[in-house]
Parts: sequence; structure tokens; C-alpha cells
Amino acid sequence: MTYQNNPPVVSRLSQSLTTICLAVGIILALIIAGKTTSAAMQFHALILIVTFFAGIVALFNLGGRINEVEHKPSPSGVYYNNTIVKYGVIASCFWGIAGFLVGDILAWELAFPVLNMDMPWTNFGRLRPLHTSAVIFAFGGNVLIATSFYVVQRTCKARLAGEIAPWFVFWGYQLFIVLAATGYLLGITQSKEYAEPEWYVDLWLTIVWVVYLLVFLGTIWRRKEPHIYVANWFYLAFIVTIAMLHLVNNASLPISFVEPKSYTLFAGVQDALTQWWYGHNAVGFFLTAGFLAIMYYFVPKRAERPIYSYRLSIVHFWSLIFLYIWAGPHHLHYTALPDWAQTLGMTFSVMLWMPSWGGMINGLMTLSGAWDKLRTDPVLKMLVVSVAFYGMSTFEGPLMSIKAVNGLSHYTDWTIGHVHSGALGWVAYVSFGALYCLTPWLWGRKGLYSLKLVNIHFWVSTVGILLYICAMWVSGIMQGLMWRAYTDLGFLEYSFVETVAAMQPYYIIRAIGGLLFIVGSLVMVYNLWRTILGHTAGEESPENISKAIAAQALGE
Amino acid sequence: MTFQEISSFSQSWGAVFLLTMFIIAVAYALWPSNKKKFDNAAKSLLDEE
Repeated sequence: MTYQNNPPVVSRLSQSLTTICLAVGIILALIIAGKTTSAAMQFHALILIVTFFAGIVALFNLGGRINEVEHKPSPSGVYYNNTIVKYGVIASCFWGIAGFLVGDILAWELAFPVLNMDMPWTNFGRLRPLHTSAVIFAFGGNVLIATSFYVVQRTCKARLAGEIAPWFVFWGYQLFIVLAATGYLLGITQSKEYAEPEWYVDLWLTIVWVVYLLVFLGTIWRRKEPHIYVANWFYLAFIVTIAMLHLVNNASLPISFVEPKSYTLFAGVQDALTQWWYGHNAVGFFLTAGFLAIMYYFVPKRAERPIYSYRLSIVHFWSLIFLYIWAGPHHLHYTALPDWAQTLGMTFSVMLWMPSWGGMINGLMTLSGAWDKLRTDPVLKMLVVSVAFYGMSTFEGPLMSIKAVNGLSHYTDWTIGHVHSGALGWVAYVSFGALYCLTPWLWGRKGLYSLKLVNIHFWVSTVGILLYICAMWVSGIMQGLMWRAYTDLGFLEYSFVETVAAMQPYYIIRAIGGLLFIVGSLVMVYNLWRTILGHTAGEESPENISKAIAAQALGE
Repeated sequence: MTFQEISSFSQSWGAVFLLTMFIIAVAYALWPSNKKKFDNAAKSLLDEE
């Protein structure tokens, strides 16, 4: 079927309006730069001025003199916006490597504290939010924006809404990352986990995020397909919920509009509960719902099979939505939070196990009848292992949310291990799978530069993840047991520093695991780079390999 | 309106409301006449370029 579409053009009116907005932004930034007493905020104001100015220049070059954007219709006649997705793929690779690298530096710092070089900027406390924000928001966020822009266009058979807006989302989001990251190193933080950026960076992200929501909704509005494919539901839940969480948790009052410091509107345990309502749903809707959207599109596409049960995917979606939002209080077991709220958090976390495994089964069973592809296609292997890790960490999470288990696991390395089995095994692997799929599709290549390198990436990273999570299990449970060990006389058996000393070997194993993970992702970046250049390593294609295996099995 | 009134309202009618919404969502997923639409959606994913 072909559709009648007009080639995309940039509207003069939106060009002018966006310019006015950016010019107002430059004036505001100039006022801040002139009046602030904080050198770090002055630096941020200068970044804003330079970026907004560059934005105005780029606006008038977008679409050239006749305002027509470079375009080529797809075989069915849709002018897909592929360029923005290409940018997203490259940004994801860049931030991924940066975030993993900072993480591994931190791992070595924990094993050998002298490595922080006794400087404030390289201190663990400042580098840690840099790592978490870089991997979650910079790497994960760019993967989500890029894949959502790709998936929503293909499943709606419509071009992305707006010509300027998607670019504003892309570059605005990169600006948010730069402001957040440089802020942490310079000592600007509101000390809320995964929500460290101060009020002015939060406001900027709010603007970018609302435009993102409008672009996504606008594209769905234009759709040629009557039914909205389930992956888009997951993306929409991710965008809407993150907007809500971000607004509520960052409700604060700055001491002045030219100073970075602000005070949160909540106090005491209410603040703690709001923070973990935010924190756990950032896991639930950013790191789960968003990446499940990737699973529901890329696993069927790569396996060339429809999703195992579309009905199950709808039940998966709604039960996740109804249950996840209540699970946050399990971060506050045995604190000042009322007991009933802790129990509520625990109960909903345990119930979450069901939709999570429903989703995992749906992803894995999509391969039924096509399991042989795992032998020949390492990209599919990566995607399937990511779904298996999703199942494993969504089993471990409810387990750890049970109060009795949490009494042992909380504040120990077990939590760090759990987070990384989800982050490396599930989020990063499903992202790598999507990037391996997207690169040849977007740049019009027949396949990847080398499937052998994908296999190497898979095995090096998998060994790295296993070293990481096993080291943290042993270290975390040991730490928890040492903390609660009493002597016959009723005194604590170990001093705190003894528990720290006991963990050092595991810290070294963890750092080596992380190093392997980085090596694997560098192999991926090299492979994707050669694919973009149009090179091939001259290997057998998966189809030929399966034919050869089949021939062998028949005894020919 | 006191805290007590708000919390007892949300703990009773809030729960009924959310549960009803959830049952509607599951009914939509399992409704026999929707099956064809869902099968088409699952298959058409593989058709596009």
C-alpha cells in the first residue's frame, strides 16, 4: 500500500517563533551570568548563551533556502525522518562509553581510594551521580528517544510530527545532560538520588520533555494504521509518567532566580517518600516500560515472528501500570515511614513479579519455532539474554523488597549487584540489540560489518556482568551478615572498618567485570562505525550458516 | 475536609475505581471480537519496510 504524502518542509512561522524563544533564553542567561554569585552557575549561563546562539544559526540552515528538508520516500511512500534517529544512535554510543567509563573509574576508586587523587572534582561523591546520570539519562535516555522516534514512525506509517520540534528535543536533551554533568563536577546538586540537577536544569528538562510528548502524540495523531501498536503504549507511559514524577519530586523553591541553590517543598519523611516514589518509578517507567517498548518492537522484528501473545502484552502493560506506582516505599523499610506504607510497598513489589514474568515469557516465547536463529544470529542472542536478565532481576527485586530479606540486603552491595544485573544485563543489552538492528537499517546496509564481533562483544560483556553481579552477591551478603553478627556477650562482632576491609577483593573483581563490559561496548562501537562506513568483514550470512547446519544435519 | 476523610475516601472508593479500571483493561484484552484486530497488529509489524 502506498500513501500520498507531501515532502516535508520547515514552516517559516515556527522558525521565527523558535528564534524569538531562543533569543529570550539568551537574554535570561545574560542576566543570570551578570548577577549570579556562583561561578558554576555563571559557567552554565555561558553554555546556555552559546548553545541558544548555535540553535538560532542551525534553525536558519535547516531546510536550506527553499525550506525543504532533505527527503526520500520509503517504498510505501512515507517520508520517514531517519536523520534524527541516526543522530540518536551516535549520541547513544558516545554517552554509553562515557557513562560506563566513569562507572569503572569509580569501581577502581572504591578498591583503591588513592585513585581519587584527593581532588574535589574526582571525588567519589561527585563522580557517582555523573556515572548514574550518564548511564541512565544520557545513554538510556538517548536510546529511548532514538528508538521511540524510529518505532512510532514505522508502526504508525507516518513521518515524525514537526520539523524543528524533534531537533529541539534531541539537542535540548543533550544540553540537559551537559548542564547536569558539569554541575555535579562543580558541586551543584540538590542531593536527591537520580534527581540531582538543581531547579533551573529541571525547568529546562521540563520544557524539552513536554515538546517530546507533543512530538510523540502528534505522530500518533497522524497515523495511517488504525490500531496503536503496543510498543507505543509503553513509550507513551514512559514519557507521561516521567513528566509527572519529575514535576512532583523536583517541586522546590530557589533562594533567588540567579542562584543555583533551592529548597524542596516537602520536609522529612514526606520528602523521603516523594523521593522514592520518584526513584522507584524512574526504574519502573524509564528503565522498564521504555525498554519493554524496545523489546516489543525489536525482538519480533529480529526474530521475524509476531509477538507470542498480543493479548498478554496488553495485560502486561496495564498490570505494570497499575502495580508499579505503589512499589516505591520498599526503599524505606525500617525507617520513619509508617509501617503500613512499608508493607504496602512490599506487597505491590511482590505482586509485580507476575506481570514482569508474563512480559518475559511473552518476549522469550516469540522465538518459539525460531530458536535455531540463536545459533546463527548473535544480535538475537543478545536480545534474548536481555529478556532473561529482565526476568532474573524482576525476580530478585520483589525478593529483596520483602522486609525480612531487606533487613539483610539494605545498604549493602547486594543492592548494587541487583541494580547492575538489571542495568547491564537488561537495559544495556536490549539497547545494544536495538543499536545493532538500527544501524544497518538506517544507513541502508545489508547487514552489520561483522557478526563475529557481535559474538565477541556478547561473550566479553556477559563474562563481565557475571563477574560483577557474583562479586556483589558475595560481598553484599557477607557485609550484611558481618553487620548483624554478635559475640556471646552481646557485643557487635565486627567494627565497620573490618567489613570494609573484607570487601576489597570483591571490589577488585567487580572493577575487572566492569572493564570487560567496557571492552565489549568498544567492540560494538567499532563494529557500528565500520557498518556506517559501509564495510563488510566478508563473513557468511546467517542464512547461509543455517543452510550449512541444516545440510550437515541431513548428512550431506 | 480532614485528613481522615480524604484517606478513608481514597482507601475505599479509590481502590474500587482502580480495580474497575483494571478489570476493564483486562476485559478489553481478552474480548473475543478484539482478537482479529490484535492478530493483525502483531503481524503487520513484520510487513513494514
